[in-house]
Amino acid sequence: MLETNKHIGPKDFVLSVEGLTVSFDGFKAVNDLSLYVEEQEIRVIIGPNGAGKTTVLDLICGRTKATEGSIKFKGKELTKMNEHQIVHAGVGRKFQNPSIYEDLTVFENLELSFPRGRNVWGALTFRRDKEVIDKVQEVADMIFLGDKLDMQADLLSHGQKQWLEIGMLLIQDPELLMLDEPVAGMSVAERKQTAELLNRITKDRSVLVIEHDMQFVADIAHRVTVLHQGKVLSEGSMERVQNDPKVVEVYLGH
Amino acid sequence: MNKVGSFIERYQLSHFIILAVIIFVVMPLALDSFRLNMVGKYLTYAFVALGLVLCWGYGGILSLGQGVFFGLGGYCMAMFLKLEASSPENTAIQSTPGIPDFMDWNQLTELPWFWEPFHSFAFTIVAILVLPAIFAFIIGVAMFKRRVGGVYFAIITQAVAAILTILIIGQQGYTGGVNGITDLRTLHGWDIRTDEAKNILYFVNGVLLFVCLFAARFIIKSKLGRLLVAMREREDRVRFSGYDVSSFKIFIFCAAATISAVGGAMFTLQVGFMSPTFVGTGPSIEMVIFCALGGRLAILGAVYGALVVNWAKTSFSESFPELWLFAMGALFIGVVMAFPNGLAGLYQTYIAPWLQKYVPEKFHWIVTNKYAEEKPVSATTSATTEGSETEDSSADTKKSEKGDLSHAGN
Repeated sequence: MLETNKHIGPKDFVLSVEGLTVSFDGFKAVNDLSLYVEEQEIRVIIGPNGAGKTTVLDLICGRTKATEGSIKFKGKELTKMNEHQIVHAGVGRKFQNPSIYEDLTVFENLELSFPRGRNVWGALTFRRDKEVIDKVQEVADMIFLGDKLDMQADLLSHGQKQWLEIGMLLIQDPELLMLDEPVAGMSVAERKQTAELLNRITKDRSVLVIEHDMQFVADIAHRVTVLHQGKVLSEGSMERVQNDPKVVEVYLGH
Repeated sequence: MNKVGSFIERYQLSHFIILAVIIFVVMPLALDSFRLNMVGKYLTYAFVALGLVLCWGYGGILSLGQGVFFGLGGYCMAMFLKLEASSPENTAIQSTPGIPDFMDWNQLTELPWFWEPFHSFAFTIVAILVLPAIFAFIIGVAMFKRRVGGVYFAIITQAVAAILTILIIGQQGYTGGVNGITDLRTLHGWDIRTDEAKNILYFVNGVLLFVCLFAARFIIKSKLGRLLVAMREREDRVRFSGYDVSSFKIFIFCAAATISAVGGAMFTLQVGFMSPTFVGTGPSIEMVIFCALGGRLAILGAVYGALVVNWAKTSFSESFPELWLFAMGALFIGVVMAFPNGLAGLYQTYIAPWLQKYVPEKFHWIVTNKYAEEKPVSATTSATTEGSETEDSSADTKKSEKGDLSHAGN
């Protein structure tokens, strides 16, 4: 992986966001933001409500179109691509509320995310072969749902739904995984399990996480970026960020 | 259980077989030629209702303009038949012999260019299958690529139906106007007006309906069917799983259009004329009612829905012509409020368990498999008053709360 990406640029940034601005009727939700994510890095974005965290993820995955600036992922400009093309390029996105198909079973949820047969013809002729079944089982085991494959997804607990959505991303095998508050609403035990899960799956990919739970952030983050009013307020290790007086003032202080 | 039984159960065929027996055996034996022809006419609406099961029930795309595609198919067939009926010998008394009578009445002296290819039966068949799909494709691309959906899409399809009706009525010389294309006589010299021909057409219609039913079943059993369900619930999630959502919507809308058009063509053959009254907004909405009554998620329900509503319409409007429209409106509201999954939902909730209880074990393969292709899903309207369903969903929430707690202990 490292070798093949050498040509991309200095320092092997998987994702480089530069001068990113988005304005909604004059209000700049993200303002001249620059952000660089390295390979196999877990980067956590924190910040007060309305700081533009979710908007940044929306911009990267193509849900919101940028007003200005560039987002480069492995050398490809994402701002000009459609959502599904961005996914094909290797970016996966988990939403804030568990976004799963509740009418389908756990197996079917994962199967639909399996990266094959993604056009009309492919979907019509898709066969549930051994490769699919094995991969689904493998991912399901990883997200602690190995014995719940036949369960309808709306019967899962909130935490399990969050895992299922993470699993749906894992099966796509993205190189950049973006998670919006993955442990919101989880019990303490589930949080711990999720932290383990994230640390395990990051071996082959970069992860961008938005999170409020500081203990969880400390458990997983390699580096932390603090956003405030659409701009980067501070960046660095958890320790450095926590001791930054600016951060304490706007975010951690209260 | 015997071998045949297990085969039928494995492929969930029993309800197809029951319907086949009703259509191919019971109806022809029980009804005279006139009534059978009428049932044949009702069954052509089942094609449209089936298309709506695919695009509305599964795809979540409510089209209030399916009459457009029914009409396109019907008009293609009517144009071919009309040309055959307008041979120079038959139309010798016209000022321009050899063109359809209504053109002559409208002072046309030449067959319009777009009528020419309909001299060929092969072209007509292709046109019936392809033209509506192309039209649906254009509407689909224009709407779904721009992410127009829901109510807006429904209104636009309604407008398309209105526009097409006005166009047909306005261009009398080219389309036959408000009277439609009438006085159709023969298909390749075979007189379609005789009782015998009508009986044969009834069976052809039935066979084609089953072809479409199996095609629809293939689609909803494929991954595409599950994707449609997924899209209906979480369009964004599907999009961010790497699917181009609009292409799937366009596909299912085109498939529904083609199926509707086959029904339209069979309508023309069996009824002997085609007119704008089957194209417009009114009939298009009626077609949605057939689908809703049968059950939005039940491909076989579509057939029963079309049969029941049309049978009721005929017998009701014979005795109380003014009341029928109110009854129809009440029926639609009633279905949406009281049993959102239609007849199929009622069957699954009340009749199937009862059958299972009283039918001997040996014959379970006849009744056990699902009538609806999918378990009932709560309707998009919040009105899920169907007893079992509300119970189920409240049980689900309780369960998931419990799940949360039990996991905390891990």
